[in-house]
Amino acid sequence: MLVPVSWLRDFVEIDIPVELLADRLTVAGLEVAHMKYIGLPQETAPGVHMPKSDHLVWDRAKLLLGRIVEVRAHPNADRLVLALVDYGEAELEQCVTGATNLFRYKDRGELDPPIWSPFAMEGATVWDGQSDSPKRMTLKGRELRGIYNKSMVCSEKELGIADEHEGVIVMEDDASFVAGMSLADVLGDVVLDIEFTPNLARCLSMIGVAREVAAILGVKMNYPDFDFQAVGAPIEGQVDIDIREPALNPRFTLTLLRDTEVRPSPFWMQHRLKLIGQRPRNNIVDVTNYLTFELGQPTHAFDYDKLVARAGGAPTIITRLPEAGEELETLDAVRRELGEETILVADSAGALSLGGVIGGGDTEISEATVNVLLEAAAWDNISIRKTIKEQRVHTEASARFSRGVHPSQAILGSMRGIELMRQLGGGRIAQGVIDVYPGRPDAVTVDLPIERVNRLLGMDVSLEQAADVLRRLEFAVEVADDVIRATAPDHRLDISADPVVGQSDLLEEIARIIGYDRIPDTIMADEMPPQWENTAVLLEERIRDALVGQGLAEVINYRFTSREREALLTPAGLPPSLAEAEYVEIANPAASDRNVLRHSLMINMLENAVNNARYQATQELFELGKVYLQRDDLLPEEPLQLGILLAGARSQPSWLSDGSSEEMDFFDLKGVIESLLHALHIEDFSFERGTHSSFHPGRSADLLLRGERIGSFGEIHPQVASRFKLREAKVVYGEIAVAPLISQHQRLHNITALPTAPAILEDIALVLNANIAASEVEAVIRQAGGRLLRDVTLFDVYTGDPVPPGKKSLAYSLTYQDEQRTLTDKNAARIRRKIIGAVRHRLNAELRS
Amino acid sequence: MTDSISTIRREALGALERIGDSDALSAWRAQYLGRRGAVGKLFAQIGSLPKTERAAFGQGVNALQQELDRAHEEHRALMESQVMARDLEEGEIDISLPAYPRRRGALHPSTQTHREFQTIWADMGFQVYQSRDVEEDDLNFTLLNLPPHHPARDMQDTFYTTDPKVLLRTHTSPGQIRAMRDLGDGGTKPIRVILPGMCYRQEQVTARSEIQFTQVEGLAIGRNIRMSDLKGTIAEFAKRMYSPNAKVRYRASYFPFTEPSMEVDVECFLCGGEGCRVCKYTGWLEIAGSGMVHPTVLRNGGYDPSEWSGFAFGMGPERITMLKHGIQDIRYFWSNDLRFLRQF
Ligand SMILES: [Zn+2]
Repeated sequence: MLVPVSWLRDFVEIDIPVELLADRLTVAGLEVAHMKYIGLPQETAPGVHMPKSDHLVWDRAKLLLGRIVEVRAHPNADRLVLALVDYGEAELEQCVTGATNLFRYKDRGELDPPIWSPFAMEGATVWDGQSDSPKRMTLKGRELRGIYNKSMVCSEKELGIADEHEGVIVMEDDASFVAGMSLADVLGDVVLDIEFTPNLARCLSMIGVAREVAAILGVKMNYPDFDFQAVGAPIEGQVDIDIREPALNPRFTLTLLRDTEVRPSPFWMQHRLKLIGQRPRNNIVDVTNYLTFELGQPTHAFDYDKLVARAGGAPTIITRLPEAGEELETLDAVRRELGEETILVADSAGALSLGGVIGGGDTEISEATVNVLLEAAAWDNISIRKTIKEQRVHTEASARFSRGVHPSQAILGSMRGIELMRQLGGGRIAQGVIDVYPGRPDAVTVDLPIERVNRLLGMDVSLEQAADVLRRLEFAVEVADDVIRATAPDHRLDISADPVVGQSDLLEEIARIIGYDRIPDTIMADEMPPQWENTAVLLEERIRDALVGQGLAEVINYRFTSREREALLTPAGLPPSLAEAEYVEIANPAASDRNVLRHSLMINMLENAVNNARYQATQELFELGKVYLQRDDLLPEEPLQLGILLAGARSQPSWLSDGSSEEMDFFDLKGVIESLLHALHIEDFSFERGTHSSFHPGRSADLLLRGERIGSFGEIHPQVASRFKLREAKVVYGEIAVAPLISQHQRLHNITALPTAPAILEDIALVLNANIAASEVEAVIRQAGGRLLRDVTLFDVYTGDPVPPGKKSLAYSLTYQDEQRTLTDKNAARIRRKIIGAVRHRLNAELRS
Repeated sequence: MTDSISTIRREALGALERIGDSDALSAWRAQYLGRRGAVGKLFAQIGSLPKTERAAFGQGVNALQQELDRAHEEHRALMESQVMARDLEEGEIDISLPAYPRRRGALHPSTQTHREFQTIWADMGFQVYQSRDVEEDDLNFTLLNLPPHHPARDMQDTFYTTDPKVLLRTHTSPGQIRAMRDLGDGGTKPIRVILPGMCYRQEQVTARSEIQFTQVEGLAIGRNIRMSDLKGTIAEFAKRMYSPNAKVRYRASYFPFTEPSMEVDVECFLCGGEGCRVCKYTGWLEIAGSGMVHPTVLRNGGYDPSEWSGFAFGMGPERITMLKHGIQDIRYFWSNDLRFLRQF
């Protein structure tokens, strides 16, 4: 909300620099996001930093308030006039101007009442009114159609008040005006742009902000006069109110102004509305707008005669819920179907407006209006929120009512509104106010022991100090026996009647106004809770470290995807291998391909590979993240999965390498997985031929932990790869459930003592059927070799001549070793014989010579 | 026979002097000192000599063998030192040639910041409590003092699932309720945890806002937790995370689940508080929202708010990471471009 400081000064005296005020407001919770300077210089306050403003600063000696004494015709030009300006000197100054809004004063002689305008002397700097882009200019004397001119009367654009350049500023007479006074003292201003959190509904007005300023600065709040001058016939009998839903409409008030005139508002009113970004319309509508911003109590003006015509006599204003199928065309020219919870203002002839939100077109103020009925009411904020949501309509009124306006304010809006209308448009106010108030909120009184203040804030606040803060915020405060009894002022709805919550509400006010910076910094003296071992967290980090240590880069993806995207992971005609569960579906997705939560990390990581392939020849990625499996419970399971992706050359191109760039394959990924399992000291794992349909059936494997399948990995199925345009680069991917890794990892593991005796090494080459798995061969060798066979390393796999077709040759290097004793050649030969015997017997393998 | 000793001696030493490579040296050794070499042959002749000459001849051959051994060793050492000298003189490489590329892994920047957080908070006794992403409306809002239609619900654009009771958490705060119920033992035990995790908001994705982001929430519950403790704890965090001289400012604010509530600013470490583009010329950077746990939230967590109190805070690791590394675009975080990730 835009808050001109000049407007705040109507209600509170501000004797600190505006920059400091902005800082104090920000710290107290009213965040000043931006400051717009009008004519006044930007000041510096100690410790307060803000962006430098490059606005026009008005020269106090050369930009003055001028009284236009007379407007004369220009002898040589129809489109120019001569304004004779009194600027406090003995001589009048003659300004040549093309301001069209002065033409109507032409040749009227001395003006009575006088009009006032900003006057710029020779040498003054203003914005160039003719330039489209901001450009400063300094006034110099020159001839304009034969008449020498060295000064000017100014427009809003020239002064940097607004972008308009229709004519010059013309102000009506005011008792405080003196010709020649500095313009900065009349129109100089700073407009604060304040952002309000939802709890500050009470501050959404000039008075609301002024109250905070008064409390922060510890100065008095000056309220406007709410009395009104009523000389007309009493309002009773001229209009009635019938509230049918007091819970939704706790109060409704009406005042009536007769014989007024609808016309443009005076300068001061238009100026203030423009400063806060509102467009002036006419004096009656302007007052309703003005009140919304001054008091925070939105009001609505009806053309009384139109109501009388509709009712065929004295109207009764009815507030009620819509009838089935009821419609209303609102002021924004939208015909609205009314939902069953929308509270309406109506009369006997039908709906008039959406209560607290927007008026209807039928009874609006027009140029012809002479009798005005002013509504100021209170509405249930939740009901208004529902209407806003349903009707998608946002107005200044609904912004306030939806956050909560205390019903006490309605009568103030009525009285101040009808009086302002009278002042601006003339006429007679009917005596009295029709005030129906079925839903008066209970006053909220909270008992707050000072001991609780001190205990929760951790600082010593005296009883007097706390009471003083609350009084400054207009609480009614009694103090007895170290307990503050505070009753909330009737503009506040945010103080809870719950005793403990109410205490917190007060505590916040006390801390906020005293200043959070006054609370000391302390170290918690409270009992330390029991600490526990966080295995899952530690293991996750161990997994990350192990993979980063192998050169992989961690990715973190969106958890959103679509069913269609994940369906791409299953080749045509094959059963899907992703988790068997429903998807968590987003009702309001950000995009149609992000409308469910993922079942697998695979889709994201393949997309990563595609994206990165444009820049990176080699990719080694992993992600540790959740997938979301909707089963029978309300909430889905959220297991953590580990995805690993390898693609591209095994070695990186270099002037040192031999130029071969073999692609990474299944065995690279198998190596990454084995290393990871070793790093976690997980031993009971094994691999089986892959069963996951997203992978090449011949070049993939399942990972088993203690016999249970916990993941799959391998070369991406060519059909899947081609869908991702990954055919050219071989991509290997694996996904493993993390929970079993965490539960199966060995927290403690024994190491093997380093042997002191030398080892005997020897190689054997076996020729056997090609379809026998290498793992099986190794198992047979190890079993036959027993304790003394310390290590078995496969160093060659060969098929082709001279190995017969259907056979393969596997060459192993064997290490025999005893921990204590030096083995003899005889010992070694005995083990070797056992091994050869076993592979012959069990695998039908021949020793290759 | 002594002649043959001196002949071999002269021949051998002469040949040795001319040897310049190690193969020739091995051949020389075989020729003279090998089992079948010249010296060996001399030894073989001993038996065929008259007894009177044997001793003298034997001594002579022995001396020859020793001398040739010594000469061989000296020559070998000489050659080695020459090779070394040549290598030192001529074996220079162009050290400006590029290195052989080693692959370096990289932790995601978000993980790195989370680790930094976890370490600092662990030192202050805050342990990690992991909570879920897909959450009940009740826990995300209602139990946090945000009943349906509460104005503060406007502050957050929520992803709802097709079950209206279920949503993607908009903040890590529902973990507060879970932690209290899980660890509080019916509101009888103190708690000190941080709750890190991914949160989701239905927003336009721009350089400054994302539909998913991580948060770290902190929660301390005890019989005597004070607002001054919150300030002291956050100040300590700021000192460790930013700089030992980090100045901290507190602004009143509003979060439905805390009261009093405050925003925490740290003095801009890029401009030293003087004002720059990053801090929007205010000299301050917003680092956390915080406050005393609202009595209603304490109650919903099983604690009696007249006996127990607590504080909570929430921080955005991505924002801190962005500030620390000059990252201009939050979309870098989940786009997983290796050119970005490899910079960490
Ligand atoms: Zn800065």
